[in-house]
Order: sequence, then C-alpha cells, then structure tokens
Amino acid sequence: MCLGVPGKITTIYESEGLRMGRIDFGGTLREACLAYVPEATIGDYAVIHVGFAISLLSEDEAQATLATLREMADLEEELGPEAIADS
Amino acid sequence: MKYVTEYRDAELVGATIREIGRIVTRPWVIMEICGGQTHAIVRHGIDQLLPPEIELVHGPGCPVCVTPLELIDKALDIAARPNAIFTSYGDMLRVPGSNGDLFAVRAAGGDVRVVYSPLDAVKIAQANPDKEVVFFAIGFETTAPANAMSVLQARALGLTNYSVLVSHVCVPPAMHAILGSPLNRVQGFLAAGHVNAVMGYWEYPAIAERYHVPIVVTGFEPLDVATGILAVVRQLEEGRAEVENAYGRAVTLAGNTLAQQVIDQVFAVRDRQWRGVGLIPASGWGLRPEFADFDAETRFDVGEIRTQESPACIAGQILQGLKKPHDCPAFGVQCTPETPLGATMVSSEGACAAYYRYGRHLTIDDLRATNDVVYLGQPS
Ligand code: SF4
Repeated sequence: MCLGVPGKITTIYESEGLRMGRIDFGGTLREACLAYVPEATIGDYAVIHVGFAISLLSEDEAQATLATLREMADLEEELGPEAIADS
Repeated sequence: MKYVTEYRDAELVGATIREIGRIVTRPWVIMEICGGQTHAIVRHGIDQLLPPEIELVHGPGCPVCVTPLELIDKALDIAARPNAIFTSYGDMLRVPGSNGDLFAVRAAGGDVRVVYSPLDAVKIAQANPDKEVVFFAIGFETTAPANAMSVLQARALGLTNYSVLVSHVCVPPAMHAILGSPLNRVQGFLAAGHVNAVMGYWEYPAIAERYHVPIVVTGFEPLDVATGILAVVRQLEEGRAEVENAYGRAVTLAGNTLAQQVIDQVFAVRDRQWRGVGLIPASGWGLRPEFADFDAETRFDVGEIRTQESPACIAGQILQGLKKPHDCPAFGVQCTPETPLGATMVSSEGACAAYYRYGRHLTIDDLRATNDVVYLGQPS
C-alpha cells in the first residue's frame, strides 16, 4: 500500500475541479490526481502514491547518482577489488 | 530513463555492496524505517549479500502494522452496520482485530470495498447518497496528502455522507521513541524516501545531532537501498552523524510544500497509539475541529471497545528493532499469512510477512526448491 511507484504522465485534464492525469506504469495506465504537482507537464515522470502524484522525478539528479555509482564500479573493475582494498 | 530498471542493475548493486564490504571495519546496526524497504531488502536478498558486520533491523514504517487494534475494532463495528459502505486500502482487510477482520465482516454481509485511492471512496459516496460511506484513512505522511484531499473534495462537492476513520502516524516521533529507548540498538537510519518526498528532510538534522546517528534519505529499488546503506556505513566508519539525501531524484530538502499545506489545513498533531508499541506523544494526526463533520469516530458511536491482542505476538518489539520475526515462537508455525496472529504477518510491508514470503524461515535446501526468491547478483 505504501509503495509509491514511478510513472509517466501521458495526459492532463480536469475532473470535478481537480487536476488529474493518466499515468503510464510501464504499459499499464491508471488515473492519478496531479493537484500536488501543479508544475507537471506531459512526459514528466512522477512518484504516484495511492492515486496521487507526490513528487516529480528529476532526471538530472537521477543521472548524477547513477554516474557516481558507475564511476565507483568502473574503478573497481579497472583496479580489481584487492587493489582498491590496498589503497 | 524509466526510473526503475536502472536501479535494479545487478552489477551496480554488486559493486555497491562490495564497497560496503571494503570500508566496514566493525559491526553496525542499521534500521530501515519503511516497510516498503524491508520488503525490497528481503525480496532481493540484500540482507544476505551484505557483509556479516552489517545487521539490518526493520522499523515501524508499515502503516498496516501500527494501526492500533482499537481502531481496527472500530472499523469492524462500523463496517458491519447495514447503512454503511466501508472503504479501505486492500491491505487492511486481513488485519486481525480482537474478533475477526474486515474480510469476515464482508463474508457476513457487510459492504466492505477495497479502493486504490481515497478519491474512489468519494466517488462511491457521490453514487450512493442514501448510504454512509466511510474511508479508513490510515498511513504515514505519504498517504496524508491523499486522505486530506478526499475530505476537501467531499466538502467541495457538498457531500454529507462521507467520513474518514483517521489513524495517521508520523515518522520523526517514532525515530525519537526508538532512539530514546534504553534498549535501543539502532546506530544509523535509512529514512523512508517517500515520506521525505512529501515532508522533505529539514526535521532530521535535529534528530541526527541529538542522538548522534547518521540518517540517509533512501529510495526503494535495490540499488537505492544499497546506496543508502553504503552512505550510512561511510558515516559510521568516519564517526559522522549527518543527514544525507541518497534519493535526490524524488526528494528535496523542503519536500512537497503544497501537500504539507493541505495536510496542515485538514489535520492537527495529536498523540497516537502504535499497535504493539504503545502511546507515542504527538506522533500522529487527527482531523481539525473544523472538519468534525467528516470524522467517522464522532459520526458513529461505537461505544466502549475492549481490545484483545494475541498474547503470542511480539510484533511491537520487531517494529522497534529489538527482535527479528524468527525470534517469535509463533512465526511460520501458528502464525502464517493465511492465519496471521499479528498485523506484521499481514501487510506486504510487514517484516513477518516479508520473512515468511521470501523463506527466511526455511533452510538453504528448502530455498533452492522454491522459485519465488529473487537473488540479485546470483548467477542465473
Ligand atoms: S510471527 Fe506472527 S505472532 Fe509472531 S510477531 Fe510476527 S505477526 Fe506477531
């Protein structure tokens, strides 16, 4: 229940006075309320939790984290785990 | 970028876990607060891949697990009434009350419906003006924006037949309670990323400083969890106790301020009982007096409730990081997901259910015989 899941906003519309959107979860479409992410535009990814978008995902931040981890993994591969352990 | 597969990359998870092994010099106890993370850890076998120095204990962040028995009993009482439609997140239906669960109420003819979002419950109220529609508004800071919006929406639509049975709890007071206990073993925290997506993490430096514990905001995919653990271990090894954000793609320091405003408009801070743990002062939210008309507890007089918890269940100690599920004599014997004695065996986020589902009660040979266990980094 508490698991927020990332999904892609495919359409945005209004229903009963609330800003809503259709969200694509890897092929499965569901409706979610976008009232808490007024800056959202079509194509953005958001964390959806019990039918509400609670935050938009930042691609820059995501890439930065992955890049740091890849660097760590590459360094390990280049030098071998023992080499790092000795350093 | 899909924000899922990238974070299940076995190679990166493996490298991160080896890095933890490289820097760790002594034993550390780390608590993941959120049941969603507990589930990810056990499902992907991260607890078994980590170096033996790292012990993960599982926190109270499973809303289904900590919703007090008294409120479950109230829910059962209301759901059984002939003019009521009782709506709830699906996980709550099997949670044992003192006498039975919501499934049993439904089997006996009660109108109990599972909804995905509280806005669905509002729609049911619109469609059934002659019925009282009650939504079981449980959860942490993550479900509060949705639950609060359902009340505002019901008011905007002029509905007089919608009410919420509120049981909201908050993470920071639980961290204080755990760290302040003389029995505490927790030396570092993985904070629940989606709670922080809503609330930010500006409340946490005071906790990190006061108890000298590192707190790392962490996501839910295996790579997120591994990265969060690495950040905590780095701090512990270097003697630091800081707040770090390892889930930057979804979380900012300030959080979702719009959601915080709506929560504050609808809910006010109050003491809350936590199932198995007891009363924690100022640890949750209830409806503000302006919204009393939407409060199921005042709308339905349920009289005095006498709760009866299973005497065998040690879930309270598990939720505080003092015990593990297999320390419970009932685990996997009298207590299974089909016949749960405690709430932690019910919810997919409960520690007992996760240990059971992924075979932590089985031997290695039993495990080899099951196909249900997903091990990261294990050659397939
Ligand atoms: S195994 Fe069952 S009885 Fe034991 S602590 Fe977990 S939920 Fe309670």
